[in-house]
Amino acid sequence: MQPGLRVLSPGLCTNVQDLGRFGWQALGVPVSGALDGAALRLANALVGNPLGMPVLEILWSGPTFEIVADRVRLALAGAGADLSVGGSATVPAWQSCVLTRGEMFRITLGRQSASACLAIEGGVAVPPVLGSASTYLRAGLGGFEGRALRRGDIVPIAIENPAERAESRLPAPPPADTDQPIRVVLGPQQEYFTDDAVATLLEAEFRISQSADRMGMRLDGPTLHHRLGWDIVSDAIATGAIQVPGSGQPILLLADHQTTGGYPKIATVISADLPVVGRRRPGDRIRFTAVAPDVAEQLCRDAENRLLGLVAAIEPVPPSAALDFASLYRANLISGVVTGSE
Amino acid sequence: MPVRFLSVGDRALAIELGDAIDRRLSRRVLRLDRAIRTAPPHGVVETVPTFRSLLVHYDPLATSRAELEAAIAPLVDRDQDTAGAVREWRIPVCYEGEQAPDLAEVARLTGLAPADIVACHSGIRWHVYMLGFLPGFPYLGDLPPELALPRRADPRVKVPAGSVSIATTLTAIYPYESPGGWHLIGATPVRFFDPARTPPALLAPGDAVRFDPIDATAFAAIRQMVEAGDYLPDSEPAV
Repeated sequence: MQPGLRVLSPGLCTNVQDLGRFGWQALGVPVSGALDGAALRLANALVGNPLGMPVLEILWSGPTFEIVADRVRLALAGAGADLSVGGSATVPAWQSCVLTRGEMFRITLGRQSASACLAIEGGVAVPPVLGSASTYLRAGLGGFEGRALRRGDIVPIAIENPAERAESRLPAPPPADTDQPIRVVLGPQQEYFTDDAVATLLEAEFRISQSADRMGMRLDGPTLHHRLGWDIVSDAIATGAIQVPGSGQPILLLADHQTTGGYPKIATVISADLPVVGRRRPGDRIRFTAVAPDVAEQLCRDAENRLLGLVAAIEPVPPSAALDFASLYRANLISGVVTGSE
Repeated sequence: MPVRFLSVGDRALAIELGDAIDRRLSRRVLRLDRAIRTAPPHGVVETVPTFRSLLVHYDPLATSRAELEAAIAPLVDRDQDTAGAVREWRIPVCYEGEQAPDLAEVARLTGLAPADIVACHSGIRWHVYMLGFLPGFPYLGDLPPELALPRRADPRVKVPAGSVSIATTLTAIYPYESPGGWHLIGATPVRFFDPARTPPALLAPGDAVRFDPIDATAFAAIRQMVEAGDYLPDSEPAV
């Protein structure tokens, strides 16, 4: 039988993602990819995978799984998230662990992040579509049958018996950047807006509305007034664009956004801050601050260096800190008490 | 209008050649797109041509907006050939009955007879300006002014896959069921996007399209062939 993870409870939107599907936007295919690409790469690094392998992205609420393979090495990346095994032992995010056949584990997201990535050594074994394993939910493309996971699914994994070795961890959780203002480059259509609207975007506080998904998030807050109307000749959209339809309420476009659109875009979130946005949840406050395009490029390079620094800092888990599953079994603490009741 | 280079965040550069929906402008965009695709400057990830601008996605770890602008500026309007490597397609469309839920309304709004609307729509040699909105969703022009209507005031929650629609001076085909605000005047059994096909989208920007009216019986027969995987509409290299 194909080794995998059986879904006992799927969470709100648990889906397969990698770094995205590049090269097809001219044909109307969005890039997709994990909302928090930094978490995806760190999760993979913790289980020894190439950094861009397919993982399970967990949005808004955590799933529960049962291991249907001899042994599986896992790592969770996401601020404040953890993985509880058998309802008692808990493995924090940013640390790998090995679970064995029949064990059940539940993922809980922390307050600091709406998303987390679960990497599996060897990766999630779904066939690539147009060069990527990412799920594009709206067109049913890629991932696991083109959709979010459901109860009873078995997520296929590539490696049944990972090598015996010390588990890995980050020495400290990376900063969650929960309250930092999100940095944007103004434009490409800021001239469609009044000076007041641009000033408001950069000074006011917005709140992420309940209309938020992998395509984008509507922001509640002061109205951003157009100067030249709100209908432009449709052009291409970059991830992170803040478009403003006639209502004057901005929409921040995320990984699954449509490739083109006809609303003016007042600003674009810089790529270094896209993972930060990917951690925000409906109800969270959000503020923006502007940087120059060349500064944004440098911030992207700095963020990349910081991420590679984190990867290089991954260390073996000292035996004292490792979960001693054998002794847990002896103490009969793990007895399959997770019932998947969400 | 002078050519404008606009930063779109730190991973994309827009090159705006104009501000209209116009075939000559579209061909300038598509020529620039082809020039960049033929010999991509270092760090270019992909390009997206639209009506009046080209978006060049780049990797800021490999290049910068300044370097890209310097590499791309000499390519703007460098090529003056008018013919591209485009195909002309013949797409069967049923403009009858349940396949054309808005035809009567369009007739009422424009004061034209349904038969005249069909004759007009199927008599045009359409230009594929761009793809967007959904995988394989083509924007084609141009409708004459007497058929140009604004989008529906009340968008549909579900437009069926295959719907042939009009709004403003454009026509479009929905490859997937989706919400939509355009007027539905027909439907095609042809599949416009299939990830197992190379390329996955039937049409490419710059292609030419003609619509051939078919009746409900032909529609059903072609749909069967499409579902069995043995139907592709006719096409030939465009002159």
